[in-house]
Amino acid sequence: MRRSHGNGPRHVSSAVTLPPFQLLVDRHAGELHRFLAASIGPDLAEDCLQDTLISALRAYPRLRHGQNLRAWLYTIAHNKATDAVRRMARRPASVELDGMPPGREPSHPAHEPADDGLWLRVRALPGRQRAAVVHRFVMDLDYRAIGELMGTTEEAARQNVSAGLKRLRKELTDA
Amino acid sequence: MPDMEQRLSGAPLPKLDGERLMSELGRRAQEAGLADVAYASMDSPVGELLVAVTERGVVRVAFSSEVTDEVLAELAQRVSPRLLRLPERTDTVRRELDEYFEGKRHGFDLPLDWSLVRGFARGVLHATARVPFGQTTTYRQMAEAAGSPRASRAAGNALGSNPIPIVVPCHRVLHSGGGLGGYAGGLERKRTLLTLEGVLGG
Repeated sequence: MRRSHGNGPRHVSSAVTLPPFQLLVDRHAGELHRFLAASIGPDLAEDCLQDTLISALRAYPRLRHGQNLRAWLYTIAHNKATDAVRRMARRPASVELDGMPPGREPSHPAHEPADDGLWLRVRALPGRQRAAVVHRFVMDLDYRAIGELMGTTEEAARQNVSAGLKRLRKELTDA
Repeated sequence: MPDMEQRLSGAPLPKLDGERLMSELGRRAQEAGLADVAYASMDSPVGELLVAVTERGVVRVAFSSEVTDEVLAELAQRVSPRLLRLPERTDTVRRELDEYFEGKRHGFDLPLDWSLVRGFARGVLHATARVPFGQTTTYRQMAEAAGSPRASRAAGNALGSNPIPIVVPCHRVLHSGGGLGGYAGGLERKRTLLTLEGVLGG
């Protein structure tokens, strides 16, 4: 931030070309919201999306390149989702998140027919499994795309999905 | 249990309310001092306008003859990539422009941000900003005012790339011979503005 004189440029332009932040919001807010709604529940998704975008906006000018901005946003969203799940788990009312029986969570999707707590269990999965399962089934991405968004290999993405599904099946069968 | 995968895929998720998202995001971004450039569009007698402001003042006014994405990309590159569509932040500018178009306002009380203007062009546009409503001047006079009496052509170029048209009234600059000269937004717009100001007969 240099001010040569009264009218000097405030932000010295750099070699990095970053699109207007609004463009990222217009392109990706919808899909990030779906990702978050599936990851932590519809009630918390909107706040979490706000937190995600504010964090991204704060860090934005410091990015060293403008590539993979979508993956960058998903990483921030995933971290915010993980924080939100931790906060929920600490709340006395939702102790059952860590254990088995699903109570009525406020953020429990009302659409769930047979209430066996599938979505609560998705939320309680280890972070990377949760993200991978949501990307695969809710966002309908293939393993390569999931790997790109999560910064892993295609194989690691496949393993995360499969480990997540296995765990969900076991929990639902045991329930 | 293939049923489980189907249920995961078939989750009817809530739809995002884009307007609510933007107004809340805008509020939080402003509170945190993160909305470096705010923009909005508005209707006017010279077509749709895009106006952009920074904390310093009006940084850009663009006619619809320009490509919005390119206007925004230039702002992101040269001013700040923290650029958001925040109509409320542009309220004052849009109100003053409306008043100008309604003939109720002859001068703008708006601080300007000259970030997009460099060198000689800045001198030319500073001089242009002082040309009063309803009066005209010439490229040569603007060159003189910027300290290079013989640089009419350079003055013309500077005016042609004026990032804040209307507010910095480059439409009031004409050829010494009496011709209208050029206008980045097209001569039709220049005529409309000069007619509005009573310089040209309606």
